[in-house]
Amino acid sequence: MITELEMGKGESELELGLGLSLGGGTAAKIGKSGGGGAWGERGRLLTAKDFPSVGSKRAADSASHAGSSPPRSSQVVGWPPIGSHRMNSLVNNQATKSAREEEEAGKKKVKDDEPKDVTKKVNGKVQVGFIKVNMDGVAIGRKVDLNAHSSYENLAQTLEDMFFRTNPGTVGLTSQFTKPLRLLDGSSEFVLTYEDKEGDWMLVGDVPWRMFINSVKRLRVMKTSEANGLAARNQEPNERQRKQPV
Amino acid sequence: MNYFPDEVIEHVFDFVVSHRDRNSISLVCKSWHKIERLSRKEVFIGNCYAINPERLIGRFPCLKSLTLKGKPHFADFNLVPHEWGGFVLPWIEALARSRVGLEELRLKRMVVTDESLELLSRSFANFKSLVLVSCEGFTTDGLASIAANCRQLRELDLQENEIDDHRGQWLNCFPDSCTTLISLNFACLKGETNVAALERLVARSPNLKSLKLNRAVPLDALARLMSCAPQLVDLGVGSYENEPDPESFAKLMTAIEKCMSLRSLSGFLEVAPLCLPAFYPICQNLISLNLSYAAEIQGNHLIKLIQLCKRLQRLWILDSIGDKGLAVVAATCKELQELRVFPSDVHGEEDNNAAVTEVGLVAISAGCPKLHSILYFCKQMTNAALIAVAKNCPNFIRFRLCILEPHKPDHITSQSLDEGFGAIVQACKGLRRLSVSGLLTDQVFLYIGMYAEQLEMLSIAFAGDTDKGMLYVLNGCKKMRKLEIRDSPFGNAALLADVGRYETMRSLWMSSCEVTLGGCKRLAQNSPRLNVEIINENENNRMEQNEEDEREKVDKLYLYRTVVGTRKDAPPYVRIL
Repeated sequence: MITELEMGKGESELELGLGLSLGGGTAAKIGKSGGGGAWGERGRLLTAKDFPSVGSKRAADSASHAGSSPPRSSQVVGWPPIGSHRMNSLVNNQATKSAREEEEAGKKKVKDDEPKDVTKKVNGKVQVGFIKVNMDGVAIGRKVDLNAHSSYENLAQTLEDMFFRTNPGTVGLTSQFTKPLRLLDGSSEFVLTYEDKEGDWMLVGDVPWRMFINSVKRLRVMKTSEANGLAARNQEPNERQRKQPV
Repeated sequence: MNYFPDEVIEHVFDFVVSHRDRNSISLVCKSWHKIERLSRKEVFIGNCYAINPERLIGRFPCLKSLTLKGKPHFADFNLVPHEWGGFVLPWIEALARSRVGLEELRLKRMVVTDESLELLSRSFANFKSLVLVSCEGFTTDGLASIAANCRQLRELDLQENEIDDHRGQWLNCFPDSCTTLISLNFACLKGETNVAALERLVARSPNLKSLKLNRAVPLDALARLMSCAPQLVDLGVGSYENEPDPESFAKLMTAIEKCMSLRSLSGFLEVAPLCLPAFYPICQNLISLNLSYAAEIQGNHLIKLIQLCKRLQRLWILDSIGDKGLAVVAATCKELQELRVFPSDVHGEEDNNAAVTEVGLVAISAGCPKLHSILYFCKQMTNAALIAVAKNCPNFIRFRLCILEPHKPDHITSQSLDEGFGAIVQACKGLRRLSVSGLLTDQVFLYIGMYAEQLEMLSIAFAGDTDKGMLYVLNGCKKMRKLEIRDSPFGNAALLADVGRYETMRSLWMSSCEVTLGGCKRLAQNSPRLNVEIINENENNRMEQNEEDEREKVDKLYLYRTVVGTRKDAPPYVRIL
């Protein structure tokens, strides 16, 4: 049985479950998908029906997805084949455009602290696109497209997929599920941290999502043992110490 | 035996410019080989690991221009990890040590550091031209060295690089005595630009023909720049703000009207469409128009602009132009040779009915008889359309079709697109580059192997059924140089069928296919002149395994011919067999 995602939960209750991020970035669209597509659902065993045909030979079977959009090409690594420079420019444009559309529609998107000066964002340069992510113990850095995500949960899910899946390039039924990372609630071996525009390293999750994507320069999945000295949750800004990345 | 003295032969060779022809000449006899190599000025190296700097300099000591390419093509799409390789520093160091009279350096997909740029700027007194395409690893400090030290600099062309912008004053570093600039392109820089320094630079560069600005150069500055440089042939507009005031607009119009030599226009990174009319007067002269970054220009504004561009030969555009817009292009641009249509909505969030479809493609093929190169992103395609395109345009040299959704069939018949692509390769006898997409079986590769005799580069993604598909291609396309495959079910049988074949090609890329470690090992065993690289990104997995499982599938395989053996600069997760 599919239970509905409880929309009332704030970002403080983010948790990672076993669910694959199939429609990554659709948290905001759950309302639109009608009865079927609670893609943000966690803790439910996914069946073959849930997997889009990316990587397999079946043609997209949109009928079974009850009104949700067919598997999106942006879910596959390196697809569509657009150069990263161009891709970054595209996502900047889309972000600016949607910011402008929101302003025109006059609605407030989320309840958390919206920066007061919305016009700045409309005309401002939204320079977010792919940012680098490194994980302690992993030699290769990756890049993640922040504009393809709408919340910390999405982002954490993607990072989990990126660093813990056996075959990161494709979605497949045989992928191993490893222990969920629980990057955001402090209960796992790793925490998610980021470097902001001023060069400070902070724990991810403290500020509203919008503010976060405007100030993040890069991400690091850090061992919890090394993260002492970083701003703990709910600390006042003037109590935060600077931490040099190791 | 030569019937003429060497100097005469050398003079004749001066007329042979293409590097392929010169390569052929050098094979005729020892004497010609020697004359050719000592007189070769321009060297092109398609894979920087196929040869090393010492051997390059040994053979061509008099070279003046070097072109180097580093990472494989799929690196553009984030499929190659960052530290993979392609470092230019060893090349610059070697050229500097040997006192080669380097004048021009063109790099693509290489890692360039500030240190290398600094060394470059100090080592070659006659250095004139630096072209960097899709490179990374440097900052504006490196650019400052080039500006400050290259006294003869004519060209600084930065295309789509990842440059850390330190917001320094690199433009200020061009000395007042620098008046030789012909081409300056810094469109990819993300930071602030010292506009005053730029204006002074443009004012003292009477030979400036090509100028491409970044986002940070606003409208009024643009007007002043164009007034200083009415001789411009190629212009990249940076930021073209919202709703200019009438006075700024008038100034811009006046400046533009004087630029009668302008033939190429690009940029419009941030645009208010209402500014476009300022460019109407010169549209009739344009042969190249790149609006592929101009997401803000849509619909009517775009169509009005294009209707004036009757001499256009090259058009790069976003799919928001729609089939209607493409019909206008087809009706107006009878000289069109190259078209690229990029997607404007990558995440598929909008149900964009205005985007292009197969209808637009057919219209273009019918209306533009000179079309020979196309890159087309779309959401749907049909065999009927491709067959019509093939009939209308048998002259394609480059045909790249990207249907955004993998495995998508003909949207009317639900069949695979084998027949459509088959028609293309059969009709276009001069086809050199092909990218396929959509639902495809082994059959399409049978056609490609059978008909695409001139094909040199083939890109395959999410296609095929069995090893036969890849075998058809390898057996049939004798001129294949670069084959890149991802997410397709080709395995060891195809990979190993004809190992010698790979020495006739530049490179092969296979990712997320069915080849195994064992297969790659066997391939590498008897091939000393091939580097077989396995890129395995998931280090966690590797470290856990004590014994290797040869049946394990390889994540990414990149193999290329080389005369200098295994490279020493590979990172730990790249294994060279």
